[in-house]
Amino acid sequence: MSTGYNFAYLDEQTKRMLRRALLKAVAIPGYQVPFGSREMPLPYGWGTGGIQVTAAVIGADDILKVIDQGADDTTNAVSIRRFFARTAGVATTEKTREATVIQTRHRIPETPLSEGQIMVYQVPIPEPLRWLEPRETETRKMHALADYGAMHVKLYEDIARYGHIATTYDYPVLVNDRYLMRPSPIPKFDNPKMDNSPALQLFGAGREKRIYAVPPYTSVKSLDFEDHPFEIQRWDQACALCGATESFLDEVVTDDAGGRMYVCSDSDYCGERRDEVEQ
Amino acid sequence: MSQAPLLRVSNLTHMYGNRVGCRDVSFELWPGEVIGIVGESGSGKSTLLSCLSTRQQPSAGLVEYDTADQGLTDVYALSEPRRRMLMRTDWGIVHQNPRDGLRMGVSAGANVGERLMAVGARHYGRIREQAGQWLDKVEIDPTRMDDQPATFSGGMLQRLQIARNLVTHPRLVFMDEPTGGLDVSVQARLLDLLRRLVTDLGLSAIVVTHDLAVARLLAHRLMVMRQGEVVEHGLTDQVLDDPHHPYTQLLVSSVLQP
Repeated sequence: MSTGYNFAYLDEQTKRMLRRALLKAVAIPGYQVPFGSREMPLPYGWGTGGIQVTAAVIGADDILKVIDQGADDTTNAVSIRRFFARTAGVATTEKTREATVIQTRHRIPETPLSEGQIMVYQVPIPEPLRWLEPRETETRKMHALADYGAMHVKLYEDIARYGHIATTYDYPVLVNDRYLMRPSPIPKFDNPKMDNSPALQLFGAGREKRIYAVPPYTSVKSLDFEDHPFEIQRWDQACALCGATESFLDEVVTDDAGGRMYVCSDSDYCGERRDEVEQ
Repeated sequence: MSQAPLLRVSNLTHMYGNRVGCRDVSFELWPGEVIGIVGESGSGKSTLLSCLSTRQQPSAGLVEYDTADQGLTDVYALSEPRRRMLMRTDWGIVHQNPRDGLRMGVSAGANVGERLMAVGARHYGRIREQAGQWLDKVEIDPTRMDDQPATFSGGMLQRLQIARNLVTHPRLVFMDEPTGGLDVSVQARLLDLLRRLVTDLGLSAIVVTHDLAVARLLAHRLMVMRQGEVVEHGLTDQVLDDPHHPYTQLLVSSVLQP
């Protein structure tokens, strides 16, 4: 552990401010709480919001797992894990079951979450209505009045153009039957995992300076039409490494001759399944 | 005809600093009636229309609308959600420039369906069916439903805007120069269509225009505005055939006869 830093990098006053925002966010599920985002030692877009939230909630005896695109061994995941190992001295893990705090970009682990775990999402753009309505004053008003008809215009347009709802990630959800929320760029495959999850889910957007949350056991509904219900992605293949048929698969190009394979995007889940087979 | 007017305006005044937008306008609009507002540029027609349609808070005066549950109510005293609801169910606003009233980034069908979705329709098939019917009513080929409005001609855009407003069966439509910027043959067809829709649906409307021919064709009653004030009002034919106020006489005599 490096010396010269406060525990988990941020100073105590900043963490207090963050926790206050987090408490408010948990009290109003799906509502975007403004907070004073700090400069972090990495660029915006690399997960500064998520890192600040993690720094605010992590304690000395927590065990941290970091996911990037489902994997534990990619650059961002490794760097963020090492950042907290050095500045907070916390234990880190790649096992979903062992972790108490899981910071993620793009995925929710395949292994079901349990009570007491905290999911921290890195959010690029928190406002679900942004592409429909550029004015912040107006989107706030739309949230205040639960005036969300415009969001369905986007889904309508999808069906009219492609015959099905073609939004595949960052799929808008309604939290606790009240606030429209962007679930961060996770595939819509993961949306059902958010609904009534036993884990606490926190969302941090560093550049946009917003925090929002979904408390445990809160309803999270994906928007849809009565005659075009919400559906998750499906694959014809099973994972080439572990044979899983129920997980989110990545297509990996293996050579220049059109060779490709499908493997689980959640590397921990895939590894665990392969270990079980070996034993 | 029912007992209460649909819209009652009393002493409506709007000032832009020291300049007069419109001054001391009072009138009543009854169900099924179309009122035309004519006058030269800068006479306060559009200011009046924005004040009536709650897009601009007037400096003084009262605008009351006959709401379904409370009877005549001051529209500026309504809560924001109720006012929004009113604007997308009971009212329609047709802008002079159709691009102001349309969502140019989504297809024609989505434009017509937006109001339905805003009031809670969540069945794609039915939304589409209704959108198709309305496109047909305003003489847009339903096969162009999935086309972008940017590919439409000016007249089609204006008709699309009208369909988008009428899909929730409003009782009152505000129109700001509905035929502005269209060539005469397209204008004539649009006027025909508007006249038919107004009679078929029993709509009330307030039409702002500088074109006296449009006023004669559409409006039952006419108000002539000048420098923010109503200088003359009465039945359309009366005002146009027997103008009393010198300004109205000037206005009527300025129309070119082909």
